[in-house]
Amino acid sequence: MDSCPCIKNFLLLDSEGNRVAVKYYSDEWPTNSAKEAFEKALFSKTQKTNARTEAEIAMFENHIIVYKFVQDLHFFVVGAEGENELILVTVLQGFFDAVGLLLRGNVDKKEALENLDLILLCLDEIVDGGVILETDANAIAGKVASHSVDATAPLSEQTISQALATAREHLARSLLNCMYVPVPWLADDDAMGSSG
Amino acid sequence: MAQPLVKKDDDRDEEADYSPFLGIEKGAVLQEARVFNDPQLDPRRCSQVITKLLYLLNQGESFTKVEATEVFFSVTKLFQSKDIGLRRMVYVMIKELSPSADEVIIVTSSLMKDMTSKTDMYRANAIRVLCRITDGTLLTQIERYLKQAIVDKNPVVASAALVSGIHLLQTNPEIVKRWSNEVQEAVQSRAALVQFHALALLHQIRQKDRLAVNKLVSSLTRGSARSPLAQCLLIRYTSQVIRESANNTQTGDRPFYDFLEGCLRHKAEMVIFEAARAITELNGVTSRELTPAITVLQLFLSSSKPVLRFAAVRTLNKVAMTHPTAVTNCNIDMESLISDQNRSIATLAITTLLKTGNESSVDRLMKQITNFMSDIADEFKIVVVEAIRSLCLKFPLKHRSLMNFLSNILREEGGFEYKKAIVDSIVILIRDIPEAKETGLLHLCEFIEDCEFTYLSTQILHFLGIEGPKTSDPSKYIRYIYNRVHLENATVRAGAVSTLAKFGAMVDGLKPRIFVLLRRCLFDTDDEVRDRATLYLNTLGGDGAVVETGADVKEFLFGSLDIPLVNLENSLKNYEASEKPFDINSVPKEVKTQPLTEKKAPGKKPTGLGAPPPGPPTTVDAYEKLLSSIPQFAKFGKLFKSSAPVELTEAETEYAVSVVKHIFDGHVVFQYNCTNTVPEQLLENVTVIVDASEAEEFAEVASKPLRSLPYDSPGQTFVAFEKPDGVPAVGKFSNMLRFIVKEVDPSTGEAEEDGVEDEYQLEDLEVVAADYILKVGVSNFRNAWESMGADFERVDEYGLGPRDSLAEAVNAVIDLLGMQPCEGTEAVPPNSRSHTCLLSGVYIGNVKVLVRLQFGLDGPKEVAMKLAVRSEDEIVSDAIHEIVASG
Repeated sequence: MDSCPCIKNFLLLDSEGNRVAVKYYSDEWPTNSAKEAFEKALFSKTQKTNARTEAEIAMFENHIIVYKFVQDLHFFVVGAEGENELILVTVLQGFFDAVGLLLRGNVDKKEALENLDLILLCLDEIVDGGVILETDANAIAGKVASHSVDATAPLSEQTISQALATAREHLARSLLNCMYVPVPWLADDDAMGSSG
Repeated sequence: MAQPLVKKDDDRDEEADYSPFLGIEKGAVLQEARVFNDPQLDPRRCSQVITKLLYLLNQGESFTKVEATEVFFSVTKLFQSKDIGLRRMVYVMIKELSPSADEVIIVTSSLMKDMTSKTDMYRANAIRVLCRITDGTLLTQIERYLKQAIVDKNPVVASAALVSGIHLLQTNPEIVKRWSNEVQEAVQSRAALVQFHALALLHQIRQKDRLAVNKLVSSLTRGSARSPLAQCLLIRYTSQVIRESANNTQTGDRPFYDFLEGCLRHKAEMVIFEAARAITELNGVTSRELTPAITVLQLFLSSSKPVLRFAAVRTLNKVAMTHPTAVTNCNIDMESLISDQNRSIATLAITTLLKTGNESSVDRLMKQITNFMSDIADEFKIVVVEAIRSLCLKFPLKHRSLMNFLSNILREEGGFEYKKAIVDSIVILIRDIPEAKETGLLHLCEFIEDCEFTYLSTQILHFLGIEGPKTSDPSKYIRYIYNRVHLENATVRAGAVSTLAKFGAMVDGLKPRIFVLLRRCLFDTDDEVRDRATLYLNTLGGDGAVVETGADVKEFLFGSLDIPLVNLENSLKNYEASEKPFDINSVPKEVKTQPLTEKKAPGKKPTGLGAPPPGPPTTVDAYEKLLSSIPQFAKFGKLFKSSAPVELTEAETEYAVSVVKHIFDGHVVFQYNCTNTVPEQLLENVTVIVDASEAEEFAEVASKPLRSLPYDSPGQTFVAFEKPDGVPAVGKFSNMLRFIVKEVDPSTGEAEEDGVEDEYQLEDLEVVAADYILKVGVSNFRNAWESMGADFERVDEYGLGPRDSLAEAVNAVIDLLGMQPCEGTEAVPPNSRSHTCLLSGVYIGNVKVLVRLQFGLDGPKEVAMKLAVRSEDEIVSDAIHEIVASG
C-alpha cells in the first residue's frame, strides 16, 4: 500500500440501526439501497458487541470497521481492508470526541438530531473526499463551533445579541489562533500523539 | 451487549420516537426553502431549513433535477448574509447538490470573493467547495489563488488547498503538477497536518518518477515528520522505495531498514504499527530483520485496546504464513487471545496458532478449539475449518485426530456454507492423505445419513461413486447409499442410483447385488430415478449375466463431459425430432461469453467438490484434446511438447496475454491466452499478428481468431507455423494483438454496436532449442547411460564465466536444455566446489538423450563445465552441444 490513508465512510446510527447521519466517500455503494443494506448488515453484526469503553473493530465484507457506542448512538468508521487500523481508530476517536464536545457531553440521538447541523459540519471538517483533514477533536470542534456573524461587518448593522456573539467569536478565534498558527511544531505533535 | 437498562423506562417510550424531524416531508421543506429569497434574511431560520434539506438527503431522499436546480439557485442568494454559521451550511449544501457546469458559474464569483477574504474559515472552505464543483477551464482562472493558498500561513487554508489538489490531480493532473514548487515548500511547513497533506500530494505528483520519490524519502527520513499521519505516509513511501530498489542491490544491507526500525520506537502507536507491518511485508525479509517488529507486535497483543490487539494478531497471522517460526515466540500471548471477547481477534489467534503449531501441540490445540467452536459465528468457523485443513496437510500423521475433529463438528448444527467447508476439507484430505481415505469416506457416509442439504448429499454420493469402489471393502458403503433411495428426495435418489451403478461397474463381485437394488428402483415414483435405473441396468448388462464392464461403459459412467452444459442445453432445444439422431459432436465446445453482471468473487478459493476451476487447461492431455478439436490443427499429427505459459504483457496492464508454444513434428502452434481486464470494454475478433522475419525457417499457415473477449473471462487465439520436419528450428517472433474494441455500459453489461479497431504491442517470443526436448526422467541413470553405449557420445568442456554460485550455474544449464534432472542431482549442496548433474530427455523425432554435466569452481567465481552427451543419434548429440555452445 503506497497510497494515502483513506476513509470510505462515516456512519452514525441509532440503537435500531437507523441513520442519524452518514457520509460516504467511496463509490462502492452506488445506490441508496446498497448503502442501507450495508448499514443494516453492519449494524446487526456489531450490535451485540460491547463497544462502550474501548473502540471495537471488525472485518466485514473486505472492509475494516472501527466503532464505538454511547447511549443510543453507534459511531462507525469504515476503511479499506489493508488500512492501518490505528489510523482509522484515530479518526473515529476524533469524530467521537468532537461530537461529545459539540453536544456538551449530552451525546444521544435526540441531542444529535437537534444539533444535526453541527454533526454534519463536524464530518465536513474531519474528512474531505476520503482524505483525512483533521483528527484532533478540539480542533474539529473549534472549527465547527465558530458560529457567528462575520466580524468584518460594520457594528451598526448588528443587534445587541449579535454584538455579544461577535465578542464571543473574537475570543474563540484568539483561542483557535493560538492552537494553530504560531505554535512550535513540537507542541502540535504532542496534541496529535495524545489523541492517537 | 444490548442497551444498558435505564431506570426511566416509561419516559423513554414516549421519547423514543421523538425527533425534530418527525413527520418531515420533502414538498413542505422545499416550500420552506422560499425563505432564502426573502429580502430580509433570517440566518437562523435559513440554517434550519438547510439542515432539514441535508437531513432529507442524508436519509436517502433524492431531489429531481428541477428541485435541485431550484434549491441551488435560492441557496446562492444566501451569500448576501454575513452570518458565518449560515455560510458554513451554504458551503456544505452546495457540495451536496453537486451543481452542473452552467449552474456553477452562478456561485463562482461569490466563492472567489470568499477565497480572497480575510476570514480564514471562508478562505479554507471556499477553496474546498470551488475545487469540488469546478471544471478544468475555471481551474486555470483560480490557479493563482490556489498556489498562494498552499503556502498560506494559516494551516487550515493550506490544508484545504492541498487536499483539493489531491482530488484535482485525478481530473486535471497537468494543472496540479505545476504546483510542485509550492507543495515542496509546504512539505517543510511547521504545521503538522499541512506537512501530511503536502507530502501526500507531492508523492502523488511524483510517483511515476522513481528517482524523485527516492530523493524525497532520503531527505525526509533523515529528520522526523511532524505528525504521526505524515510519518505513516513516509513509512509507506519508504517501503515502496525499498521494494523497487531490491532488484538492484542483491547483497548487503537493505537501504532505509534502519529508518523503519527507528520508527518502532516512535511515541505514536499508529506509527509503530505501520513500521512493524512494513517490516513484515519486506520482500525476502530475514528473521533478524523481523525480530524487532515481532517484539512490538507481541506487546500489542496484550493491550487493553481491542483495535491494537486486532491489528497485531492480523499482522502476525500473515507473517505466520511465510515465517511460522518467527511467530512462535508469541504463542503464549496468542493462546490467551482464544478467549477474547472480540471473536475476530479470537479467530485470528486460533488460525495463527494452527499455522505456527508443531506436531506435538496439535492435540492440545484441538482441545482448546473444541470449546471455542460452540460460541462463534459460522463465518469464523469456516476460517477455522480451513486452517485445520492446511494443518492436516502439513502433518499427515495427525490426520486421525484432525479428521475426528472435522467429523464431530460436521454432526453439530450449522449452516450450508459451514457444512460445505467441512465436507470440502474432508474430501481434500481423502485425496491427499491415502491413510485417511477409508475413515474419511465413512464420516461422509454417516453425514449423508442425516444431511438436510440436497447439494451436499448429491456431491458426496458422486464422490463416493468415484472413490468408494477403489477401497479395500467397497461393499460396506452400499448400505449407506441404498438408504438414500428409501429416505430422500428425488434428486438425491437419482444421485444414489448413479453411485450404485458405478460400484456395479467397477466391482464385479458386487454386480449381482447391485442389479437387485437397481431393479427395485425401477418402481420409484420419480421418472428420473426410474430412467436412470433402467439405463444403468441395460448398460451394465442387467439381464443377470455378470460380464466384465466394457471400456465404453466405463467412459460413459466416469468420463467427464467436455462440453459446456449451456451449449448442450441450447443444442438440445434446437434439435427437432426426426430420423436423424442427435449428434453430441455437433455441440460447440467454445465457452459462451459470461454476462458482465456475474462478476466472479475476488480471491476465489479452490474448492474440494463442485465445478473445476475455469480457465485454459494446462496439462499435455488437455492441450492435445483442445488442439485436435480445432480443425485447422487436426492434421498436424501428434503433439510433441507444450511449453509452460510465457507472459507477453506486464502485470496489471489492460490486457493480459501469455503464450504456450505447442511443438509438432512439422509445425509450431502458438496459443495466446488473453484476458481483458477492462470492465468497460468488449473485445471482438481478437487475433495476434505475428512477425516472423527473425525466424526464417517458419512460415505462417493458419490462425484461429477469438470471436469475442469479454471482461475477465479468459479466451484463446491461435497462430500456426510450418517448419521443416523434425528440425529444431529456432527463431524470434514479434507479436501484436489486434482486435475490435467496443464500449460496454458497466451498469447493464451491454456492449455498443460500433467498435473501433485497435492494436496492442506484446513482448517478443522465442522458440528455443529447449522447446524441442521433452523432460522425461529415467529411474536408474547409470543403467540407462551404460545401455545407451558410447557410440554417439560427445564430450566437450565449457567455461561458464563468473556466476553467483554453483547452484545458479547448474540451474541455468538445466533451464537452457529443458531436460529432466535425475536422481535429485539438480540440488547442489551448499559450499561445494564441484557438482555432477544428470539429465535425461527425449529429443524431437523421439530420440532419447542422456546428459552428464560436471561442474567445477575455477577461481573464486568462475564456473567450468564438462558436458558429456549420449543419445541414439549422433546428430542429436551434436545438437545438444550446439545448444550449450550458443546459450
